[in-house]
Amino acid sequence: MDTQQQQSSIQGAKVLMVGAGGIGCELLKTLALSGFQDIHIIDMDTIEVSNLNRQFLFRRSHVGQSKAKVARDAVLRFRPHINIRSYHANVKNPEFDVDFFKQFDVVLNGLDNLDARRHVNRLCLAADVPLVESGTTGFLGQVTVHVKGKTECYECQTKPAPKTYPVCTITSTPTKFVHCIVWAKDLLFAKLFGDKNQDNDLNVRANNAASSSKETEDVFERAEDEDIDQYGRKIYDHVFGYNIEAALSNEETWKNRRRPRPIYSKEVLPECMSQQNGSTQNCSATDDDSTVSAMPLLGLKNPQELWGLTQNSLVFIEALKLFFAKRKKEIGHLTFDKDDQLAVEFVTAAANIRAESFGIPLHSLFEAKGIAGNIVHAVATTNAIVAGLIVIEAIKVLKKDADKYRMTYCLEHPSRKMLLMPVEPFEPNPACYVCSKTPLVLEINTRKSKLRDLVDKIVTAKLGMNLPLVMHGASLLYEVGDDLDAIMVANYNANLEKSLSELPSPVINGSILTVEDLQQELSCKINVKHREEFDEEKEPEGMVLSGWTQSPATNGESASTSNNENEKAVDVTESSSGPEMASKKRRLSETQPENDKKETENVESDDDELMEIENPVMVSKKKKRVE
Amino acid sequence: MKKNSLDKEVLLSRFSRLNLRMDGEELTEQETALYDRQIRVWGANAQRRLTKSHILVSGIKGTVAEFCKNIVLAGVGSVTLMDDSLVNEEALNANFLIPPDENAYRGKTVAEICCDSLKDFNPMVLVSVEKGDLSARSTEFFEKFDVVVIGYGSLATKKAVNEKCRKLSKRVAFYTVDCRDSCGEIFVDLQDYKYTKKKLEEKVECELNFPSFQEAVSVPWKPIPRRTAKLYFAMRVIEVFEENEGRKHGECSLLDLPTVLEIKKKLCEANTVSESHVPDSLLERLITGTIEFPPACAIVGGILAQEVIKAVSGKGEPLKNFFYYDAQDGKGVMENISNSFTS
Repeated sequence: MDTQQQQSSIQGAKVLMVGAGGIGCELLKTLALSGFQDIHIIDMDTIEVSNLNRQFLFRRSHVGQSKAKVARDAVLRFRPHINIRSYHANVKNPEFDVDFFKQFDVVLNGLDNLDARRHVNRLCLAADVPLVESGTTGFLGQVTVHVKGKTECYECQTKPAPKTYPVCTITSTPTKFVHCIVWAKDLLFAKLFGDKNQDNDLNVRANNAASSSKETEDVFERAEDEDIDQYGRKIYDHVFGYNIEAALSNEETWKNRRRPRPIYSKEVLPECMSQQNGSTQNCSATDDDSTVSAMPLLGLKNPQELWGLTQNSLVFIEALKLFFAKRKKEIGHLTFDKDDQLAVEFVTAAANIRAESFGIPLHSLFEAKGIAGNIVHAVATTNAIVAGLIVIEAIKVLKKDADKYRMTYCLEHPSRKMLLMPVEPFEPNPACYVCSKTPLVLEINTRKSKLRDLVDKIVTAKLGMNLPLVMHGASLLYEVGDDLDAIMVANYNANLEKSLSELPSPVINGSILTVEDLQQELSCKINVKHREEFDEEKEPEGMVLSGWTQSPATNGESASTSNNENEKAVDVTESSSGPEMASKKRRLSETQPENDKKETENVESDDDELMEIENPVMVSKKKKRVE
Repeated sequence: MKKNSLDKEVLLSRFSRLNLRMDGEELTEQETALYDRQIRVWGANAQRRLTKSHILVSGIKGTVAEFCKNIVLAGVGSVTLMDDSLVNEEALNANFLIPPDENAYRGKTVAEICCDSLKDFNPMVLVSVEKGDLSARSTEFFEKFDVVVIGYGSLATKKAVNEKCRKLSKRVAFYTVDCRDSCGEIFVDLQDYKYTKKKLEEKVECELNFPSFQEAVSVPWKPIPRRTAKLYFAMRVIEVFEENEGRKHGECSLLDLPTVLEIKKKLCEANTVSESHVPDSLLERLITGTIEFPPACAIVGGILAQEVIKAVSGKGEPLKNFFYYDAQDGKGVMENISNSFTS
């Protein structure tokens, strides 16, 4: 592999790495050892303790510092004469525009979120720079190559978006533990400790008794000198007792569902117990203490231990008390942070009590934290393997060895003897709206849905645009930018609040919208179709976007919230396709007819082809793809 | 100032780990925080077993450096390094554990320098150096370890050490690893091995019987299935060549090709298989590509570490019994090679 030509293409190459975390550390090290001499690296994060089990360029003393910078310094120590430029910044920043990307021979991603991956994909397409993508979760990993015009772009196969749940499932009819977590985190925690001005669905009830809603507001407000313990019990009783009873009163809901049981504090925690744990009450000055924790006060040491209803209830009350006693200043401004121990304790306890009520299995703090914090489980070895694979593909790209480009899957268990499975990349998807400019179709209620809904749910979320622009014909309905004057901004803000059919240039059935992101150099046409009704459960967004070839859904759960619940999901990147995603696209070596078989089956025959390269039919078909 | 606090931290963590040893059970708070992400992969019990394990590693070049980094990060109990070769420029290649500062490494052995770097990755792991010749060690020496890894070893050494490991009443997991050009071979011998595997929603108890190294490399070639990785055969040829000529790993060049091809011819004849069984081009690659290819080191070192972690934790199905990687076709395959073919 060490030919002169290879070495000189490596030595002269200018490489961009996006991400200096798990994959990034391994990748930077391997690139440096392989002879690369000009490497740029972008990462917006700082180092945390939980990184140190795999991001080996970092030490405990580096916690809090920029990952990109520390990674650079560490690698220069064993390769002092190479050029590494680090950027402690978000890759979505405007400074990383198409011209920035154009200076590189190849871009290597080591990212951990779909959003950034799509953004980089578009910039690489716009700049016509090859992209090597990658991802790991636990023992699974994959590396893919994307070259404009030759292979699929990263978005040719749709990646499932992070899972969202219908509001009613969260507020009224949870069936899984993750529903309880979302309730505890985004509703209860937010209501008690977060921004009071935010809308909150916590008290949505079937029978909307106007008189009792005033009562509810009083329940969550704590009077100045109200006893913390009493307050805690009041909240407990309200959300786990009263709210459940109110929900039960609606017979329809429970016709085919298991009825939840109301739980009251006095049945679980007799009065005397809380007196004994009044240690928080005895504390004097209440300084802000962000390391305070309920578990040690209750004699609970092991985060992997499963707590019963009583223990969860104790934690609930104790954690709530500690927030008010020790972190009063933060109340009203808090958002859930997985590294906030007290918040994790509170959310775990609340979710467990709710789960108990609904007959859902309880979980340990360790498990709950993983779900609530969307923690991706990770080890060093998979990252190291994937980094090696990335460098191998990068070298092929630099040598323009198109025939040899491979997507490589790193499996936990051998499939037909293979732990590392190379597969030929696919041709670009002719119906991809990103690289092939296919128009899209949006079904939406043009009278009820506002422009804001369309911008948030479609343009930003589904289409992944960062600085979008929405036009209807010649009329500019909305845009984002630094250079807008106040009048324009006011105009756009007004438009956001209007329903589509009421816009200055009315958007109705048959209208065609153009949405663009100038930074990503992406432009999409959307054909609007008016539809009156949407199924609340199946189409919770109230609108449906279609038009490009969909990959069939995986088991319905995506990586973001269900890593711990759904270990079978082959979600190698944060919700990306893996070997189990069925493929309808044409393979480059076109001997397999288009079908719905699982990709692993396609790989089977393809693999045989790869081995028997003497087959002339194969060779000519390959040539067809490359030219 | 910073260095002092780090020393104190190192002492404290070692002390608390020693305490842990005596208690036996729970992971410390520090360990739980540090290993959080990997505990989510293999569980707390597996992590506990890792922290009690002792690994012996002999022969350190790029791939083994990667392996050591991985197991130190994983939090094994101890790593004992054996490699008395002196640091020279070639050693610097593909081994990121050796800082390219001649003043720092002059006169030191590879094991000594790597030891210092590895300690840095995880102060909770005891990393030490053992001097001397591995093959001269007694059987009792190996009893201290749970895992023995021989990197780039000679045929004689691999056989001898494997035999000693198998003699012990304690089961010592045995691995060899060898990387040349952009290829790699891993061999695994776990003797009689019981482990748990997840089948659907349940945990199933399984057992595997591994052949010894001697048996695995002496299997007659004819009954071995056609599609078996060619690297298996090529590596056996190389093993014989190095033994006959008294060469160490990497001490060869294109000039040796005729000798190597002659050995291949003899082996094929003895095994009554055609010479096409072992491609000449592959042999040529292996003897000319004396420097390891860093991406292959990362891949093979990663796979090896995963296997050791599995064996120590008793969780997950281990590789049985060879693994081959070749960057040219990009495949990483497991091959099960034993005398069962002949029966």
